[in-house]
Amino acid sequence: MTAIDSSHSATSSSGSIATRSTLLGTIAAYLTASDHKRIGRLLISVSAIFAIATAIEGAILGIERISPSSSIVDADIIVQLFSALRFDLIFSVAAPMMLGLAVAVVPMQVGARALAFARSAMLGFYLWLFGVILVGSSYLNNGGPGGGNAEMVDLFLVGLGLVIAGLLLISASVATTVLASRQAGMTLMQTPIFSWSALVASISMLLTLPVMAGAMIYVAVDHAYERATFGATEGVNAWIGWAFTTPQIFIVAIPTLGVLAQIVATMTRGKQPLRPGLLIGVGLMSTAVLGAVTQSSHSVSFSGSASEVLKSLIPYLFFNHLSILGVFVVLGLCLLALKNEKAKPTAAFVPAFLGVGMVLTGMIGGAVFRITNLKLTNTVFDEAVLVYVCYGVVLSGIGAIAHFGPRIWGREIPSGPVLGLGLLGFLATVLASLPYFIAGFADQPASVANNFDYSGPIWLWNSLVGAGHALMALVVLLFFALAAKSFRSGTVSSATPADFFESVNG
Amino acid sequence: MNTSATALGAGPTVVMRRPALIVSGFLSAVSAMLIGSMLAIWLDFRSNAPLRESTEGGKMLRDWLPESIKIPEVATNTMMMTFVITCVMAQWAVYSSRRNDSKHVSLALGVVLLTEIALVNVQLAIYSQMGIGVRDGSYMTMFYAVTATMLAIIIVCMGFTLLALFRSIAGRAGDRDLVSAHALYCYSMSAIFAALWFVVYVQK
Repeated sequence: MTAIDSSHSATSSSGSIATRSTLLGTIAAYLTASDHKRIGRLLISVSAIFAIATAIEGAILGIERISPSSSIVDADIIVQLFSALRFDLIFSVAAPMMLGLAVAVVPMQVGARALAFARSAMLGFYLWLFGVILVGSSYLNNGGPGGGNAEMVDLFLVGLGLVIAGLLLISASVATTVLASRQAGMTLMQTPIFSWSALVASISMLLTLPVMAGAMIYVAVDHAYERATFGATEGVNAWIGWAFTTPQIFIVAIPTLGVLAQIVATMTRGKQPLRPGLLIGVGLMSTAVLGAVTQSSHSVSFSGSASEVLKSLIPYLFFNHLSILGVFVVLGLCLLALKNEKAKPTAAFVPAFLGVGMVLTGMIGGAVFRITNLKLTNTVFDEAVLVYVCYGVVLSGIGAIAHFGPRIWGREIPSGPVLGLGLLGFLATVLASLPYFIAGFADQPASVANNFDYSGPIWLWNSLVGAGHALMALVVLLFFALAAKSFRSGTVSSATPADFFESVNG
Repeated sequence: MNTSATALGAGPTVVMRRPALIVSGFLSAVSAMLIGSMLAIWLDFRSNAPLRESTEGGKMLRDWLPESIKIPEVATNTMMMTFVITCVMAQWAVYSSRRNDSKHVSLALGVVLLTEIALVNVQLAIYSQMGIGVRDGSYMTMFYAVTATMLAIIIVCMGFTLLALFRSIAGRAGDRDLVSAHALYCYSMSAIFAALWFVVYVQK
């Protein structure tokens, strides 16, 4: 399989190179960029910066909950911080990070010379960024869901609309590149597994984000004019809250499977047994779409008659467990490939593997959360599920950048620090989430920082969560610095395309 | 930055498989999911509306559409028929494009643009005839939200038509990918409106 170095910068006119020497030229170059590497780099870099900010938010919330009787942050701000954490983890970090990787890598993998509709993807990036800034501004002025400032709630809804529009444009661009711009002779079955996962994730977003937008339009019109039908500011959570929880959040994690399978395929030189199984596994994870488009969650209760249990069990299994099965299929086949072949280990494998592990743990947690007999609703258990999935995506992103980075930027990234940061990121994810799995069973309430009590070491669980988030902020910051330094002035990469893209017929 | 170590020579031929048609398919899917979700919420509200006795007495009705509101059915049915005409004209453009007949492509696309302007006009006339305010109640708020979203979809399609028309006038009548993509979006838009027409204007 051949990869194409499709950087526009390599083929651009001398005039455009000259303009980059000035600040204005640099800004103009970024505003009008159509080079997929540049657009991808923008998405990855900005989402990494947001990841650091989001982890700091999580750390503040953890510290705030150490002592339920005292508070260090204003009560209104705390309510907004809880909501902002959910929004940021999904829409500021996980979704753009995975889409950014897809934008940067997919055209090279499928042999396209450019991203299809690259300028619409660039517009999508700016819409997303502007939307996130608007949403952030509304949160800072008590305007998120349930906020007291009505004008700022309107701003929040406008910002959310821009975020959705931006992500839709980027998703459409990625999916069209895979479907329309593959090199001659490459069938969809032969598409590299990361590109396949990017296609599945993009289509899943194209199908679910408009559903969220539809509900949001009703809420926005109602909030702007009537404030009765959809419950005013509280209605935001009631009507679009499903987009911030399971199974919708699994969709943004679909490319993590592609990253892992791609790295394993490279390690085993493309000798992947049952490769179609990988494609099916990734596709199975996208069944999370089915849960999302129903705009509701599907729970099971094991009390009552057998027929009643069965009536809730079947949709519960269908909507919550099919996507988990997909992850098991991909993990199983990857491990099978590693067992059969003399795999050449790479540092990128560690964060990518641990990332998928964290996503899987979050997905299993999400399924447990839907068992009503366990009474986990309105506890911090749901927050732990979200953090597991989204930090799993961040870990996978670290693996992907370490794996694809040398191909994109032409320079090596040292293995040792990648390995160390991957392990540290794993520790951070576990610390930021696992204590809330335990505290959820002890009935620690969700989105509440003060005046709660339960039997157990409250200070310990919340301290660990705060420390986990702070550690994740540090890991992302260190990896960002490492990647920036390595890809700017590291040793020139001597890797061949086969080191990055599996040979399907291998 | 030196990337010469990994830069490759030209790869094999890249075959662009009708990207405009694929994007049009995605745009259609996005529009369908958007209106579909809004209609689902509409139906949910309607089925959960409280019961009230009809003005004739004896019969229990869902208290959903206020009795004072009359849907202008002639205008809404005309709108549905206009969508059918839009589809026929869009297909005429594809037919002519296959034969590199630039005059007929431009003429067909021009008629499509006219029908789309007519659609916007009919929708505004419906608003005017109904004479309801967006603040007047649940039904009114939701009515404006869902029909204005449909109006936005029609305006997006007008933009698409203008783009195809300009390219056709500029001499790219043989650009079948774009004309077909435009036709696909017109069909999808008509199907989406048919669902909205049935739920909002026929079943009310």
